[in-house]
Formats: sequence, structure tokens, C-alpha cells
Amino acid sequence: MENFLQQLLNGITWGGIYALIALGYTMVYGVLKLINFAHGDVYMIGAMTGFYVAHALGFAGHPSMVGLLVTLVCSMAVCALLGALIERVAYRPLRGAGRLAPLITAIGVSLFLENAGQVLFGADPKFFPPLLESRELVRVGALAISNIQGVVLATTLVLMAGLEFVVMRTRFGRAMRAVSFDAPAAALMGVPVDRVILGTFVLGSALAAAAGILVGLSNPKIDPLMGIMPGIKAFVAAVLGGIGHVPGAMVGGLVLGIVETLVSGYLSSTYRDAIAFVVLIAILLYRPTGLFGSAQTEKV
Amino acid sequence: MQRRRASGAGGRPAKRLGFALGACMGAALLACGPGGGASSDGKTAAPIKIGHYASLTGDTATFGQSTDRGIRMAIEQINEAGGVLGRPLELISEDDRSITEEARTAAQKLLQRDQVVALLGEVASSRSLAAAPEAQRTGIPMISPASTNPKVTEVGDYIFRTCFIDPFQGAVMARFAWDELKVKRVAILFDFKQDYSVGLAEFFRKTFKDLGGEIVADERYTSGDIEFRAQLTTIRAANPEAVFVPGYYTELGLIAKQARELGLNVPLLGGDGWDSAKTLEIGGPAVEGYYFSNHYAADSDSPKVQDFVKRYRDKHGEVPDAMAALGYDAAGILADALRRAGDTSGPHLRDAIAATKDYDGVTGKITIDAQRNAHKDAVVLKIEDGKFRFFRSVPAS
Repeated sequence: MENFLQQLLNGITWGGIYALIALGYTMVYGVLKLINFAHGDVYMIGAMTGFYVAHALGFAGHPSMVGLLVTLVCSMAVCALLGALIERVAYRPLRGAGRLAPLITAIGVSLFLENAGQVLFGADPKFFPPLLESRELVRVGALAISNIQGVVLATTLVLMAGLEFVVMRTRFGRAMRAVSFDAPAAALMGVPVDRVILGTFVLGSALAAAAGILVGLSNPKIDPLMGIMPGIKAFVAAVLGGIGHVPGAMVGGLVLGIVETLVSGYLSSTYRDAIAFVVLIAILLYRPTGLFGSAQTEKV
Repeated sequence: MQRRRASGAGGRPAKRLGFALGACMGAALLACGPGGGASSDGKTAAPIKIGHYASLTGDTATFGQSTDRGIRMAIEQINEAGGVLGRPLELISEDDRSITEEARTAAQKLLQRDQVVALLGEVASSRSLAAAPEAQRTGIPMISPASTNPKVTEVGDYIFRTCFIDPFQGAVMARFAWDELKVKRVAILFDFKQDYSVGLAEFFRKTFKDLGGEIVADERYTSGDIEFRAQLTTIRAANPEAVFVPGYYTELGLIAKQARELGLNVPLLGGDGWDSAKTLEIGGPAVEGYYFSNHYAADSDSPKVQDFVKRYRDKHGEVPDAMAALGYDAAGILADALRRAGDTSGPHLRDAIAATKDYDGVTGKITIDAQRNAHKDAVVLKIEDGKFRFFRSVPAS
């Protein structure tokens, strides 16, 4: 039982990372109907930024909560800018050009970031500096929660709650929902659609950066291609929750993380990556709108 | 291809050219053919080209870099002493980025573009296995400095190695766990994408069971994974007294950290894949008190080892790991064989390498056996105070 709870906890922590990345996918899809395939690489840039910031500011050798927070904020800021830049350069010029063209530029941006990353950071894996001294936080029988898992969980929850607040309680959030519901109508009502889209990219990219830092903290190996797999998995999580649906992405990410962990823990880790795609196929076959999505009739 | 080599050494350019034309060989090969002939005339002391394909970047970058440094150091020393057969040695290194398929391409480049007389490489068994058929097909001897999977030299009679093999290494650690640590319940966590790790796990499992021990959990992971908590939780539930993790250093560091976080405080045991300064950098205090089998101990008191360590440290500012030592020995054995072969032709060189006996290297006395494997001792190292310490030596049986 304790081991099952431990696995569940491992799964939730891991799934939280997927959820943070999935949120970016789902929000962008909500306002633009675009799968932003470069999103996984923004997460990589987030982790890399954290690595360099931590070293530059001297947090690498001195683990502390302050160092972690500063690194987190810096990295989120850098990725927010990057997200805005990507939107401005790669997607805005193609607004109204159909759905296929921006999808292709998304893949282009993704490949650009991966390869530029290899040139800039080197292809060798880097090891994220320990920003927190690992120690036990809670121990119940065999169930052990480390402070790192605790921080990852808490940060994930705080960010999700913050996002939920922004989306549901602020003017920007309302504008975002309006654009997502019907962009032309929102524009007619005076909603600055382009600015809302830019804001969505900023928000999503900052969350991806946070995911990058959290992975650096709990699984400290980072490299320029680290974003590919989590990017795809987070996309699956977003589809699982119902793409375009914000709480859906959170639940989708957590479910995927838990399923993956249970599969590796009780069956075999050989199936770890396969299971995400089995989930994707199953959900597309039996519930294409995802767990929370509602069916929409396409108007012709 | 073998014939082209042989006639190249014989120095009959006209006939070779005709042969090549008749065989419809590519323009590139034709261009290279006469060049090779000129160098074997012996008038100009053209260097003897040796190829090294290695993981100079990527997941196991330190393996390739260390091996390359070791080889270069050996070649420098040999050249200072006048080279081999009156000619200096020249090393051409090719990066395979730690990718299996790339190893094959890198080996092809060295064999075809650079026309090397012998190939050195790789550390990872999967990558040696990918490249070995190329060397075998071309009739150019290949010496792997550190691939321990038995299959590597089974590719053919041109493939050699200068390290011991997995059955020996796996058995060493199984016996060590049983005799020295006196544990009876062991869990295994191995990388099922790496032939090296699979091989080590297999021989450890077999030996440990034969001794009367019990394998209480048998879990796997994939190279490149960063999350191991699921497998480690399962292992923790089985309550082992030690865990055998025969992987490479990158994953080991993460595994060690996550194991400690989960409160899995039993010793981890491993093989030579742990031998990298990165193990200490990534693992930090988490890898303290763990044991692994290795090819040599840098803190050995043998003068040969101490001389090697000193030279290496003067040049690179760090203690050489086993990969550097094996690279050094592989290049040394190759030079020794070239001297005995008398020329650089593939078959002669092959025979000379196969006849290597009691070569006195920094990783011990090396004899190449009938299976083209190196017969030599192993050592067990313990990680203590952030250093690899010699723990005990295990003779070749």
C-alpha cells in the first residue's frame, strides 16, 4: 500500500511537469487553433536558461530557496520573451493563411531551436546545479517525500492556481476566453486579438520554462534535445484532457504521469513511452474531444 | 578490398590500377590508391594512419574524449621514440556523437576516405558492434579499447579488444557481492537498450544465482531516461541488500540521487561504465560508498601506472580514468603489433595483434586469447570521499 502511494506520488510529481507544458499547448490551441510544436523546445530553453542563470549568479554551489526562486523567475521571463518572439516572427505573418502553414512553421521553429541549442549549448548533456539540498520532508512507513518532490508539487499547484485565476478572474483572461470562443466576433467587440494571442504565448512559454526548471531540480540532466519527448507527451496530455480546455490539460498531464509511472512500476519500463501513444490512439478513437472537451458542430 | 590492400603494400601500381578499374571501383578509391602506394615505397617517411572513431560528444562524451587523450598520449610517446617501422604514427579521430548508427558511418569514413591501416574504437559495445562489420569486411584490424560485450569480437577474425569481457566482469561483481559484502538478496536495474548493460546484468544474474543468492527484483530503463523513481520504488518494495546497476555514468548519477531520495540506502554496484569524473559530479554525495569493477586503479602503486598518471595529469590536469588507460594500451598494443608485423598490410597486422602475449600495459599484463579477447585482471573500486579508491583486485581465472 505504501509502495502504491509512493508510485502515485512519483506519478503526480512527474505528471505535474507534463501538465505545465500541456497548458501551453492547450491555451495556444484555444486562441489560434494551432498546435505549437515548438513548445517542447521552449521548455528546453527554460531549463538551459536556468542552468546558466544559476551558474552566473553563483547559486550553483550554494543551494537555497532564494536562488531557486530567482532562477525560476529569470527563466520564466526569458521564455516569456522567447514565446512572444516566436509568435511575432513565425506565426503572426501567417495569420489567416489557413491552418497548415503555421503548423509547418511551428515544426520549423522547433527544429531551429533544437539545432541552434546544439550549436549554442553543445550536444553534451549538462547537469543542472542542485539548487536545493535534497532531504526527507515527510516519512510515513516506507512512503518518503523529499523536499525536492515537495517543491515541485507546490510550484506546480501554485502556477496552476495562478493560471486559473488569470484565465477566469482577469480582464485579460476574459479576453482570452472570448478570442478562443469566436475570434472575429471578439475583434468586432473591441478585443485586441493580436495582443491577446501574444499574451497567451507569453503565459504558456513561462509555464514551460517553470517545467524546465522543475525537471532540472528533480531530474538534473538537461540537453538540447530534451524537449522532444516531453513535448510530444504533453501534447498527448492536452488532447487527453480535451485540447483547448485549461483544467483538462492539468488533469490530462497528471493522468499521463500517473499512468506512465504505474506502468513502469508494475509492468515494465519498456512500455513507458509506448503507453502515452496508446492513450493518444485510444482517446482519438473513443472520445476524440478528450475527457473534458465538448463536441462542437463544424459550421460550413 | 583485401586484395587492394595487399597489393598496395606490394607496390605494383599498374596492376592495382587495372584491378580497380576492372572491379568498377569508385573514383574516390582510385584517387586514394596511388597515394597509399607512394607512402609504402618508404622513401618519404609518410605517417602510418590510424583511425579512431569515438563518442567525443553526446551522452557518453567523457568515454570518447578520455580514450582519445589516452591514444594520443601513447602515439606521442611512440613518435618521440622514433615511430614504428621508421614512420611516425598519425591519429585521425572521428566523432560518432554517442549514436549507434553514427559509429558505423564514422568507421566507414576512416576506412574509405582516410585509408587507415587499423581502427581503434569504441567504448560502448553497441557502437563497436555497429562498426566492427565494416572493419571485418574491409580486412582492416579493429581494436576496441573498452567494449566488454562478448559479441564484439565474435564479429570476425579482424576484431580485437584490450579489455576483459562481460561474463568475467559480471561474475566479478556477483562474487564480490556474495563473498565480500555478504549479501543474499540483490536487485538489478539495467539499461535494456545497451548491449553492454544487458550482458553484464545477464552474467551477474547467472553467477549470483549459482552462488545461492536471490535476485529479488529485475527492473530496466532506457538510455536517456531521467526519471527512475517508478523502478526504484518497485525495487525498494522488494527489500534488497544491494542493487546492481550496470549502466553508464549519466543515468547512474540520476539513479543514485533518486534512490537516496526514496530512502533506498543500500549500496549500488556497477561495472566500468561508471568510470568517469561525471559520476562524482552528477551523483555527488549520493554515490558515496558504492562499488564498481574496473580495468585499473589510478591509485595503484605500480611505477608504470604512476608514470602514466603523472604524464596524463601534467597534460590534462586530471587523473586519467580507465578509458584513457585502455586507449593508451590499445594504441601501445597496435604499435607493438605493427613492429612485429613488419609492414602495414591488414592480414600481417591482424596476425601480429593476435600473437600479442604478456604485453605490459598500464591496465595490467595483456594476452590476446584465441577469441581475440584480452586476458587480464580486474579491480574493484569503492567511491569514498568523492574519489575512486582501489578496493581489491580480482585475478583473471
